[in-house]
Amino acid sequence: MEALYLLIPISVLLVFGALWIFFKASDDGQFDDLSGPALRILQDDDR
Amino acid sequence: MPDGTTLNAASQAAAAECFHCGLPVPAQSNWRVAIDGSERAMCCPGCAAVAQTIVDIGQAGYYRERTGYAASAGAAGVPPGLKLFNDDPRIVSDGDACEATLLVEGIRCAACVWLIEHRLGRMEGVEKASLNVATERLFVRWNKDKTSAADILQSVRSIGYTAWPYDAQRHSAQLQKASRTLGRQLFVAGLSMMQVMMYVAPEYMAGGDGTLDGDMASLLRWASLFLTLPAVAYSALPFLQGAWSSIRARVPGMDVPVALGILAAFIGSAVSTFRGAGEVYYDSVTMFIFLLLCSRYLELLARRKAASALERMQHGLPESASRLSGWPVSRDSEVVPAGALEAGDHVLVKGGEAIPADCVVAEGRTSVDLSLLTGESAPQPRAVGDEVPGGAVNAGSAVVMRVARPARESTLSGLLKLIEQAGSAKPQIAQWADRTASWFVAALLLFAAASFAFWWWHDAARAWPVAIAVLVVSCPCALSLATPSALAAATDRLLGKGVLIVRPHVLETLHRATHIVFDKTGTLTEGRPTVQRIAPLNGASADECLRIAAALEAFSAHPIARAFTASATAAAADHGMAAMDPYELPGHGLEAYIGGRRHRIGTATFVAGVAGTPVPALSGETGTVVWLGTENRWLARFIIGDALRVEARSVVAEFRARGKEVVLLSGDRQEIADAAAHQLGIEHALGNCLPGQKLQYVQGLQARGAVVAMVGDGINDAAVLSAADVSCAMGSGATLAQAHADCVLLEANLSLLAETAHTATRTMQAIRQNLAWSTLYNVSAIPAAAFGLLNPWLSGIGMAASSAIVILNALRLRRIKPWKPSTY
Repeated sequence: MEALYLLIPISVLLVFGALWIFFKASDDGQFDDLSGPALRILQDDDR
Repeated sequence: MPDGTTLNAASQAAAAECFHCGLPVPAQSNWRVAIDGSERAMCCPGCAAVAQTIVDIGQAGYYRERTGYAASAGAAGVPPGLKLFNDDPRIVSDGDACEATLLVEGIRCAACVWLIEHRLGRMEGVEKASLNVATERLFVRWNKDKTSAADILQSVRSIGYTAWPYDAQRHSAQLQKASRTLGRQLFVAGLSMMQVMMYVAPEYMAGGDGTLDGDMASLLRWASLFLTLPAVAYSALPFLQGAWSSIRARVPGMDVPVALGILAAFIGSAVSTFRGAGEVYYDSVTMFIFLLLCSRYLELLARRKAASALERMQHGLPESASRLSGWPVSRDSEVVPAGALEAGDHVLVKGGEAIPADCVVAEGRTSVDLSLLTGESAPQPRAVGDEVPGGAVNAGSAVVMRVARPARESTLSGLLKLIEQAGSAKPQIAQWADRTASWFVAALLLFAAASFAFWWWHDAARAWPVAIAVLVVSCPCALSLATPSALAAATDRLLGKGVLIVRPHVLETLHRATHIVFDKTGTLTEGRPTVQRIAPLNGASADECLRIAAALEAFSAHPIARAFTASATAAAADHGMAAMDPYELPGHGLEAYIGGRRHRIGTATFVAGVAGTPVPALSGETGTVVWLGTENRWLARFIIGDALRVEARSVVAEFRARGKEVVLLSGDRQEIADAAAHQLGIEHALGNCLPGQKLQYVQGLQARGAVVAMVGDGINDAAVLSAADVSCAMGSGATLAQAHADCVLLEANLSLLAETAHTATRTMQAIRQNLAWSTLYNVSAIPAAAFGLLNPWLSGIGMAASSAIVILNALRLRRIKPWKPSTY
């Protein structure tokens, strides 16, 4: 059970880490177009 | 050759639809493009040109990959004003590189994305082209020395899409930013909600039976505190800010109890956590924030869709004009933006072009089609000195015009103002809900304070949770969401169908309306002359007569001439008849030689001049009569009229079935109005109505307590449209009428009106259900919380469920079955 005293604070830090990554990705425009890339990958570029 | 006939039949069956856009291919037409080795039929030269371009640039693969038809290219050519965009202020340039965001119309499927990006990617000088499918924005960066904005717009057009520079600064930058911020807030709230739930779970499961030791419980509480912090400090900002501004304005809004509930629960929990004793409500707080943000997000999405539809309408207006700077000395024209025209400038308006601003004719004579502006079907002759409003279409020959007022003061600017006012107003029922809500909120705060005081005196340990429970459980949100969520869902649904709700009270008032008043011309009718009946005389064939008439009228710019040419193409594209030596006697008719014989078309006396007397007897007809004759012989009599829209009858029947009284007002003669009313099953018809009389009539109805919905389309209707309780303009109608109307049918199709009425009824139902539910909920839940029967987390769930029910009930509106004409 003692492990929880370490794991719970780590989980809190992980959540903050996830938030930081999310904000960075959002700033880069990762979530601006959620449908386009899925369509684009289906097209063959060689023609 | 049996094989040949079956193949032919098969290819004809296949030819029923345009390979490019899927529209029906007109009979006898022959536009074909070879795609992947087989000839494909096209519906119009526009589609054929686009398809040919796509094949020529080696991207026929588009047709293999696509999952839906492309938008029809139509007959619209490349507008001359395209090169104006080279100096467009919306293009950002940085050294050699230029950047612009374009609004692209006509994206239907994945292949479109591929096609556009590849087309631009292969252009010389284009460095980057990326299309955002969700927002239909195309971002392009190019090298100024190698290509230009006009070339880019041109090449997007050449493959069948319309692109416009898009003012990100003014329009959606704000909305975009709001949506991004709200998305982040939602994400943070969601993440923190899920995580806090996990930390809270052990405590709930232990249920205070001692299996969870004190240190661990305290650690879990501290962890929850840290994770709730971002939700309260970042995600709850919209509510905290809203509450703060409404307190400063001294009108307590819905946000006040929400903010107080969040803060009270959070501070109470934080205090318990520091002291190491007492209740914590972190899970309730985060869940509450997350669920409220979800509903805000839905609302924002609906608003964004509405904004983009408005933006499209704006591009329907002429953007450019040919200015004659040196007139009358020189006739050199330059293309300038319509907005740059000043009073006193001279412009050249060619046949078929829209007039860019309110003008006075300076040289030449023509007829102008004012049907866009006045709803009157017959083009009006205009000579030197006559005034022509901007937006009218020059139906005759090219004329020089002097600008009377700059475009920004003319009818064209009406739409821009419309865009700004749309969405800012609130419907009465929402205003009522807001007013009620502020009383509700004030009463609620007092009630929460009273319960706190009571419990403080009675059982101090429970005072805090009870007060929080009262604040949280009371769902002003359900009350405040009840109306807007239903209206947003309905507005969005209607927009998808092609109805633009400009003022939000439309649905409410249309539902209450007792009288539906229709204008005739352009509303119940097509608004342009068509050949309604052909009466061949002396054994002539109707088809033959129509072809002769079309061949003759091909020379005339008279509006009625278009009725013939249009119906002749519909009857038989290949009329193969050539008329020689045409001669037109204005106001009487036209004469020409066909096959060596003199033919005349026009008034009875004019035709009698060649056909000889007597004029055949005329039975009672409504509409204009046009005669056709040749040497010593009468050929036919044509009845020209304004055809009723096909859907008009079922729409009228629909309104009558809903118990509304349908009235027809018309500027035409009483018998024409009566005839139309009779055909449509309308009881009351008033002809000979001047705009002032229409207004009086509507006001008379209103004085007797009627709620009047007016459907019209012209400038002469503007007054009556604004006087009516709710007004609706046809999309083909004047921009001015649209600015006066509360709702605009983007397509000239009356069934959209029935659809609006249908949706209005369902929306009002949904709103009533929502209000009833939230009242019931609040009336039962708030006392329960005050008596201490509900703890904060249960209150949170109750409140969330209540909001969710309201929102889901509203979203149901998007899925209701579309209106279908019943068989009356």
